[in-house]
Amino acid sequence: MEIPYTVEARPDTGVYNAKLGVWLFLASEVMLFGGLFSAYVLLRVGTPPELWPHGWLNVKLGTLNTVLLASSAITTLLAWAALKVKKFNHYRIYHGLTLLLAVAFLVIKSTEYNDKFHHYEIVQTDGKIADGHLVEKSADFDLVKKTGEVTLHHVRVVEKTEELADLRHAKPPGEGEVKIAAANIKKMQNYGPYHNNYLGIYFTLTILHALHILGGAIVIAFLWGPGSKMWKTEPERFTNRVEVSGLFWHFVDLVWIFLFPVLYLT
Amino acid sequence: MTESTEDFKNHTRRTLFIFASVLCGTFLMVGASFAPLRNPHMNLVLVLVAACCNAFIVAGFLMHLFSERKMIYTMLGFTAFFTVMLFALTWIAEHDVPQVLVR
Repeated sequence: MEIPYTVEARPDTGVYNAKLGVWLFLASEVMLFGGLFSAYVLLRVGTPPELWPHGWLNVKLGTLNTVLLASSAITTLLAWAALKVKKFNHYRIYHGLTLLLAVAFLVIKSTEYNDKFHHYEIVQTDGKIADGHLVEKSADFDLVKKTGEVTLHHVRVVEKTEELADLRHAKPPGEGEVKIAAANIKKMQNYGPYHNNYLGIYFTLTILHALHILGGAIVIAFLWGPGSKMWKTEPERFTNRVEVSGLFWHFVDLVWIFLFPVLYLT
Repeated sequence: MTESTEDFKNHTRRTLFIFASVLCGTFLMVGASFAPLRNPHMNLVLVLVAACCNAFIVAGFLMHLFSERKMIYTMLGFTAFFTVMLFALTWIAEHDVPQVLVR
């Protein structure tokens, strides 16, 4: 059975079916991300301004990721345009670049997550808070038995946790390493999604976005590799497939355009 | 599949111009967030304006929304309406709390 309207436009909608399908899917995606952005706004306005974290994320890495995604959006469009003029080799190059840029984005994002899971806030028994990156835990470290010690670097020591909220204009942390005995630790927690509302919504939004990048990259990889066989038999249908995958990719770029300023810059 | 090589070259040139615009928008956004303004809310506004400009370029040119079919516009109109309603509902819920403690 032949699937209708894979190439030519359907008379009542004016577009081929896959295009209408992907736009409907993107509409549902707008609602999904819209709900989460709405949650972000509520969390933010519900928190006293002086307690909402600022400067917790690496703006340089965020900017680099924005540039990578913008570049990949361009290569996707050029890949589709190359197919339109029947330059299949150009298509392979551009879509190959898109894949590489997507992988680079995910690698940078993983580096940022890794950094957050090694970043600890340690409340000490004297009430002071040590905030820094975990270098190592001694072999006998046990917080319950109060044995061993942890070593941190890039450490800030503050009296109150509120002092760690806005780090935009704070002095850079100390370079040396600091050892803290388990006996002196009242509580320690890394900067995972459970740390506070800001990190909760940061991880939720960015992991969901990264999953979209991963999904899009898998589709692009398929169209670059085994799926490209269709070019020989049905070139126009294949070009349309590349177009709809490109629409999804641009949407993912569009979401990042808002995630970046909302989470990294404001 | 009827476009010529000349069309492709023009398309590539236009696409690179769009890329440069998006990059400018991104760097403006970062610059605006660090600009020493008297009112910190102005930084927020400028950053969001730059983000909206970038989004406008991506949606308009890269997703071809400036030259789409009526059906797509209609669908996106509904999407915009429901998204605004989604934000409005949560905003209303935020303010739907008793002002006086009821026992």
